[in-house]
Amino acid sequence: MEPKDHIDSTINHLFRQESGKMVAVLIKIFGTENIELAEDVVQDALVSALETWKFRGIPDNPKAWLYRTARNKAIDIIRRKKHSKTIDFSDPERKLLTSEYTLANTMDNFWKEEHIQDDFLGMMYACCHPNISPENQITFILKSLCGFSTKEVARSFLTTEDTISKRLYRTKAYFRKHKIRPSIPYPEEIDTRTTAVLSAIYLIFNEGYNSTHDDQLIRKDLISQAMWLCKSLLDSKRTQLPEVYALMALMCFHTARVDSRITEEGALILLSDQDRSLWDTELIALGGNYLNQAAFGETLTTYHLEAAIAYQHCTALNYEGTNWKEILKYYDLLSNIDNDPIVSLNRCLILLELHGPEEALLAIEEIKDHKIIHTYYLYYAIMGEIHERLIQTGKAVEYYQQAMQLTQSKPEQQLLHNKIVRCLE
Amino acid sequence: MKQFMFLFKGGDDVWDAKSEEEQGAHMEKWMQWIGKMAEEEKYVGGERLYPAVKTIHPGGKKVTDRSFAEAKELVGGYITVKAETFEEATDMAKGCPGLQWESSVEVREVWPDEV
Repeated sequence: MEPKDHIDSTINHLFRQESGKMVAVLIKIFGTENIELAEDVVQDALVSALETWKFRGIPDNPKAWLYRTARNKAIDIIRRKKHSKTIDFSDPERKLLTSEYTLANTMDNFWKEEHIQDDFLGMMYACCHPNISPENQITFILKSLCGFSTKEVARSFLTTEDTISKRLYRTKAYFRKHKIRPSIPYPEEIDTRTTAVLSAIYLIFNEGYNSTHDDQLIRKDLISQAMWLCKSLLDSKRTQLPEVYALMALMCFHTARVDSRITEEGALILLSDQDRSLWDTELIALGGNYLNQAAFGETLTTYHLEAAIAYQHCTALNYEGTNWKEILKYYDLLSNIDNDPIVSLNRCLILLELHGPEEALLAIEEIKDHKIIHTYYLYYAIMGEIHERLIQTGKAVEYYQQAMQLTQSKPEQQLLHNKIVRCLE
Repeated sequence: MKQFMFLFKGGDDVWDAKSEEEQGAHMEKWMQWIGKMAEEEKYVGGERLYPAVKTIHPGGKKVTDRSFAEAKELVGGYITVKAETFEEATDMAKGCPGLQWESSVEVREVWPDEV
């Protein structure tokens, strides 16, 4: 008998890695109108695994064991539901499931390794259908493709299980109503559809990277799931697009620094104060490789530029040695791609480092008429920073106070509070 | 398009004498045969039958189990297919993998042919 902890961690890892793939295969077998059925089969298979392995130990190939168990359960369900209307057997792909002459072999075809990856990616594209809202997309991805429980998804988004259940219900209803067939898009539309998938992945990543909750485990889980999803796009030839490599590079660079930007108490540490020896050099090198691969072709996306900026930060020996000139160049390109006031704000921060507070102030004057900026704490935080450098501490404190009122994040509030204290000293 | 039924008869003894691997490989051939008809949208459906038999004789009073002498005639299953003519259906039936394992196939037109 194996120690229980070992079994738990193995099955947890396996669950995260394989449940989404099994759900994708089973949805293909049962149809998108039967997503719950697919999820139930996976859940059953995992429960069987846990019960069996507890007594007999983990088999040599636990993944194959899980797949076989799910396959057998699927066969049982097909036999039971052959004459009901639950499953649409008129579909040519499913017709052969109805006869014992062809059931087992047809079922085996569904579970062939070469199809599984495509089915999984097909589900990712289906989840990121343009008519499904981004929050519903990522909720569904985490629940069905990443093996999160409803409770875990709720904790990830700091919301209630009830809200998550409603989101899941709406997404499933959409699938049912429109008979969505999961598939990797045709080449002519793969770029636009991949954009949606990447922004869902980046949302999940940012939920882990930027989110304000103190649960470190959930945060790390979200980060690693986002990277895993992006990696599975890179594992398939059809979806090895420059922007996918770029996002992967960006996430590597961010993740490499994740441990150095928060204290044990959960307080934020500014880039200038971070202990660079904590940065994960392997991950930075890996990100560099992805960034090189992202450079093929004509595509230049915001991910490319954000990754290039992050790369500059990651490879600077110290804060003073940061190549602000190069970074400013990338920000200029970023502003050209999408005229996002938040990008312009961040660009002002670079100007502040590179040319000092006067120039930064001129630049921020240019964008201050954007409505959204005045609801964004970063505008006031930067204004505070600029005035602090101009040694107009009274004004600086006022700006910092306004910024504090506009952010909900405790660590950010704390950081601003520290700046105010610094000004008043 | 008319519908035809292929009745598969006999061959149970051969099936029973084979190893699991051989049976698996044999079913793969069935899969390819039926799969091809399905691709051509000529396959309708079918069932495989267990060998146990009870026969209720005319009048409805006498019930017997099957006897060994009838093994070759025992229906082991059926599928229904679509074909233009009896000849086409017969040609299709010649591809049945069971023929290699001592089964015979009886081709019958479903009555009525058009609804």
